[in-house]
Amino acid sequence: MRLIINGEEKNVSSCANVNELVKELDIQAPHFAVAVNLEVISRSNYESTRLNEGDKVEIVHAVGGGTAGEAPEPDKN
Amino acid sequence: MEETVLKESPLKIGDKTFNSRLIVGTGKYKSFEETREAIALTGAEMVTLAVRRIELDKSKDSILNYLDPKKYAFLPNTAGCFNVQETVMTCQLAREAGLGNMVKVEVIGDEKTLFPDNEATLEACKILIKDGFVVLPYCTDDVVLCKKLAAMGCAAVMPLAAPIGSGLGVRNPYNIKLIREAVDVPVIVDAGVGTASDAARAMELGVDAILMNTAIAGAKFPLKMAVAMKQGVEAGRLAFEAGRIPKKLYATASSPIDGLIDV
Repeated sequence: MRLIINGEEKNVSSCANVNELVKELDIQAPHFAVAVNLEVISRSNYESTRLNEGDKVEIVHAVGGGTAGEAPEPDKN
Repeated sequence: MEETVLKESPLKIGDKTFNSRLIVGTGKYKSFEETREAIALTGAEMVTLAVRRIELDKSKDSILNYLDPKKYAFLPNTAGCFNVQETVMTCQLAREAGLGNMVKVEVIGDEKTLFPDNEATLEACKILIKDGFVVLPYCTDDVVLCKKLAAMGCAAVMPLAAPIGSGLGVRNPYNIKLIREAVDVPVIVDAGVGTASDAARAMELGVDAILMNTAIAGAKFPLKMAVAMKQGVEAGRLAFEAGRIPKKLYATASSPIDGLIDV
């Protein structure tokens, strides 16, 4: 299935819902959140939120930041 | 005099109490280790964080691995948002990510100055308050705007001292003073502070706290500046609470006039 994840097209195998997607992508950030087609999904709804071809998925986490334009976090790589 | 009287009074925002009146951002440092060390030296008890897309193929390390949630209250911000929808969604994502329900709302209206879009800020705050957030908006130093934000239920107002990252210090101390008088929620000067004397001067105006990032992270030696800012904020607040002497044009002798020798 083709999804738009964080603005990039990505092919994922059998991810029927958000829970399966998060597992497949191996998201390990201590805190993260997911939105599907601009709707924020609460953790308790990961299982029941079905994913469809072409869905726009946003997966975010906390980074260092102060005010506008101060968001880029140190390059760890 | 009891020693407690010689410390600054604590700061209350929403239902939280803070012993430090310095709130710091966590951006722009060279490494997560430097971020942690500098922030510890500022004595801050609240830190701002930004919310960004996870880079799926990159390092799994996170700023949150360096900030003890028992030591710091998190204040996720909406930095980089240019409209109401983005701003509201960013706050909801932050809450969902476990960063709490206290948010720093900033809706940028102009890329060059990074001045906030006040109209959009009002709208976003209204939606977020209704959604149960404790809202701290970044805004311009406008008395009427701050009164409106406080009246709608914002937990504090955060007028800028000067453009973000400019280091110009408080450009309009009179407005900041008027805002402090006009609202009954904490006034936090957000953005524009350049050095410790800027911080002290802002605090001497009677504002409740200062939020800064670039002034520390961008200093040649961030750790030294972290200490300087801590002391600047403390000194400014103590001086405000102490009550300064009035300014006068002519001298007033500070030594006794009686008992002078006759020559």
